Amino acid sequence: MKHTSDDILVASGIVKTFPGAIALDHVDFSLRRGEVHALLGENGAGKSTLIKCMTGAYRRDAGTLTLSGSEIDPRDTLDAQALGIGTVYQEVNLLGNLSVAENLFLGRQPRRFGLLRTGEMKKRAEALLSQYGIDINVSAALESYSVAIQQVVAIARAVDLSGKVLVLDEPTASLDAQEVEMLFRIVRDLKSKGLGIVFITHFLEQVYDLSDRITVLRNGQLVGTRDTRSLPRRDLVTMMLGHELQSAEKAVGADIIDSGPVRYRFSNYGKAGRVKPFDLEIRKGEVVGVAGLLGSGRTETAELLFGVHRADSGTAEIDGKPVDLSSPRAAVAEGFGFCPEDRKLDGIIGELSVRENIALALQARRGWARPLSTAEQNELADRYIKALDIRTSDREKPIRLLSGGNQQKAILARWLATNPSFLILDEPTRGIDVGAHAEIIRLIEDLCRQGMSLLVISSELEELVAYSSRIIVLRDRAHVAELTGSEITTGHIVNAIAAANAAGGMQ
Amino acid sequence: MNQKYLPLIATIVIFVVSYALCALQYPNILSTRVIGNLLTDNAFLGIAAVGMTFVILSGGIDLSIGSVIAFAGIFLAVMLENTAIHPLAAFVLVLLITTLFGAVMGAIIHYLEMPAFIVTLAGMFLARGMAFVLSIDSIPIKHPFYATLKSFYYKLPGGGRITLIGGLMLVVFAVGILIAQRTRFGTNVYALGGGGQTSALMGVPVGRTTVMIYGLSGFLAGLSGIVYSLYTSAGYSLATVGVELDAIAAVVIGGTLLTGGAGFIGGTLVGVLIQGLIQTYITFDGSLSSWWTKILIGALLFAFILMQKAILFLSHRRGNYA
Repeated sequence: MKHTSDDILVASGIVKTFPGAIALDHVDFSLRRGEVHALLGENGAGKSTLIKCMTGAYRRDAGTLTLSGSEIDPRDTLDAQALGIGTVYQEVNLLGNLSVAENLFLGRQPRRFGLLRTGEMKKRAEALLSQYGIDINVSAALESYSVAIQQVVAIARAVDLSGKVLVLDEPTASLDAQEVEMLFRIVRDLKSKGLGIVFITHFLEQVYDLSDRITVLRNGQLVGTRDTRSLPRRDLVTMMLGHELQSAEKAVGADIIDSGPVRYRFSNYGKAGRVKPFDLEIRKGEVVGVAGLLGSGRTETAELLFGVHRADSGTAEIDGKPVDLSSPRAAVAEGFGFCPEDRKLDGIIGELSVRENIALALQARRGWARPLSTAEQNELADRYIKALDIRTSDREKPIRLLSGGNQQKAILARWLATNPSFLILDEPTRGIDVGAHAEIIRLIEDLCRQGMSLLVISSELEELVAYSSRIIVLRDRAHVAELTGSEITTGHIVNAIAAANAAGGMQ
Repeated sequence: MNQKYLPLIATIVIFVVSYALCALQYPNILSTRVIGNLLTDNAFLGIAAVGMTFVILSGGIDLSIGSVIAFAGIFLAVMLENTAIHPLAAFVLVLLITTLFGAVMGAIIHYLEMPAFIVTLAGMFLARGMAFVLSIDSIPIKHPFYATLKSFYYKLPGGGRITLIGGLMLVVFAVGILIAQRTRFGTNVYALGGGGQTSALMGVPVGRTTVMIYGLSGFLAGLSGIVYSLYTSAGYSLATVGVELDAIAAVVIGGTLLTGGAGFIGGTLVGVLIQGLIQTYITFDGSLSSWWTKILIGALLFAFILMQKAILFLSHRRGNYA
C-alpha cells in the first residue's frame, strides 16, 4: 500500500447543493503524486461539479480540500492556479487572436524598463514547448494551429503556472487518434515528473490506456475508487450504470410483433466524425432500445435519424421507398418525431405556456400560413393534458413552472399531436420522479400497441429491457451489438458495452 | 506569410496605388509641401484615431471623441480669454478633465456592464452640452504663446514643413505603436478584444484595462482638442461634429477588425492619410464637390468590411482542415 504522504490533493466530504438538487453528496477523492486518476460517471453524476469545487469555479457547501498537506480554499480559478491546480478544458480557454507566446506568458511577460522583451519571450516559449516535443512558430496566432496543438499550449501554460495538479476535462473529445497519442505521450511525461493528473473522459479505451486509478461517481455520490489494473471493464461499466446486475429479463411474449414487416430501413447510414455507418431496421409497432455509455454515439444516432445532422453515407427507406431525411423539417414531413435529451436546452420553450408548447410541432408542420385557431389549440392542449395526465393548474401556465416529468410529458404531447409514425425518445425518463417514470414507460408501451414505431435511448438498462423488443448497443461511436428476444438482459447489455475491441485490448 | 498582416498590407497598397494615380494626374502632389500639409491638416484626426484604435482593438467603441475635442477647444478659448492662466497650465487642465471623463465612461462600461455604444453616446451628448454651456460663440485665441507654438516647424527639402502639430501626431503614433506592441497593457487590450470572459480566466485585469483604455481615448481626444485649437486658433462648440465617425473609418480602413482583437496602430495612420489624400485630390481638382470625400470613404469602408469578412471566412475554412 502506498503511503498517504503520496497524496497531493485530497478532497473529503465535499457537498455541493443547487436549488432543488444535491449535486455532490459527501464525496471523497484523493490524487497521488505521479498518477493519472480517471474520474468517470454518466451525465449528472457530479464529475464537473467536483472538478469545479476543486478548481475554485464553485464554492463548496461543506468538506475540506487539502493540497500538499495544507488545507486550501480557492476563491476562484486564478486562486486555485496560483495554489498549484491548473485546468484544461475541452473547449480551449485561450485567446485565439494572440500569438502562442503571448498566450503562454499573458500577464507575466518578461520586461525591461516597462517594455516587453518579445525576443526573450519567444525564446522562452520555444523552450517551454520543446519540453513537450513541439516545434512551432510561437509568433503566429494561436487560432492558426489545430485544436490538438492549442490543447498542448493550454497544458503547457497550466503546468507552467500551477505545477502540482493538472485537471484535464475531456481533452480528447475533438481529437483524432494520432493527436490523442501525442497528448497521451505528454500526459505520461508529466506524470513521470511527479504531477497529479485528473483525467475526465467518456472513452473507456483511453481510461485503460492511461489511468492508474479510477473514481466513479453516480448521482452525486461516490461509487468507489479502484486501481485500474484490478478493475475489469465489466465491473467498471456496472459501477457507472449502477446496476448490481439483478438481471432483469424480458417478459416472454412481448415480442410477438417481431414478425411484422420492416417499416424503416437504414442501410450503411452514418456521418464521419459523429457515428460510424450502421444498419438499422424498425418494424411497425416495435420499440427499439439504444444502450451505451455517455458519448458512445447514442444521441448522435438519434440526431442523424431525425436529420439534425445530414448523413454522409448510406440510404434511408420507408416501406421500401427511399426517402430524404436531410433536415428535421424533411423528417417531420415523413412522420418522424424527436424528444431530445436535454429538454431545457432543445425541447421546451420555458416562457411559453403549456398550450403553446404542445401546439408547436403541429403548427410547424402545418406551416405558418394555416394557423391553428385558439379553440383548436385549447382542444388539443386539454386533450393531451388529460390523456398524459400532465399536472398543471391550467393550460396557460408557463411550462418552466412545471416539474421535470410534466415538462417531459408536454414535449411528448407536442410530438404525439403531429400523429407521428416513428418517434425517437432520447432519455425520456432522465431527471423525473419515480411516479412519472412509470407513467412514461406505460405510455411507451401504449404507443407501440397503437402501431407507432419507437426508438428509445436510455441509460436505465432495466427500463430498456422492460419495453424493448430489440436493443442496439453502442460503443465508441459505433453500433457494436444487437440483442433480440431472450438475449435482452441487463447482463448481456453490460457485457456488450464492456467488451474490449479486438484491436484495443485491455492493458 | 502571417495572415494578420493581410489587411494592413492591403491598406498600404491602396494608399501607395492611389497616391501614384494622383501623382500621374497632378505631379505636384508629390511635393513635400503637400505631404507636410497632409500631416498638419489631419493631425487632430490622427491623434484622436490612435485612441479610437485602442478602443476598437479591445472590442469597444468611443462615440464621444468629436464632442470631447470641441469641448477641449472651447474650454481653452474661454480659459485663455477670461483668466490669466498660462496656456501650458490650461493644456494640463484640459488633459486631466478629458482623461477623467474617458476613465469614468470606461468604469461605467465595465462595472455596470453597459454596452460601450450607449455609454459613449451619452458621453457624446454630455461633452457637447458642456461645450455649449461654456459658450455658444466661436472664440478666437490670441494668446502670444499660441503664435510661438505655431512658429515651430521642421523644414523639409523642397519647401515643405512638418509643423509642431503634424510632428506631434507622428510622435503620438510612434508611442501608440510602442504601447500596443511592447507593453503588457497593449497585450491586454488585444486580449480583451479576443474575448472578455476568457481574458478574465487567464488573469487579465479586465476592469483596470477597460478604464485605462477609455481614459487613454479621452486623453488623446483632449490632446486632439489642443491640436485643433492650435490649428484653427479658436474654440467653437459646434466644431468637429462627426469626427468620431471619421476616426472609426480611419481605424477600419487601417485594417483593424471592428469586432476587436486584431489590427495595428500603424494601419490607422495609413487610414487617416488615405482620407487626407482624397481630400487633397479634390482640392487639386477644384471642380469636384467635397462630398466626394465622404462617398469615396464610404465605398472604401464597405470594401474593407467585406475584405475582413472574407479573410475571417478563409481562415476559418483553413482552420477546419488544419
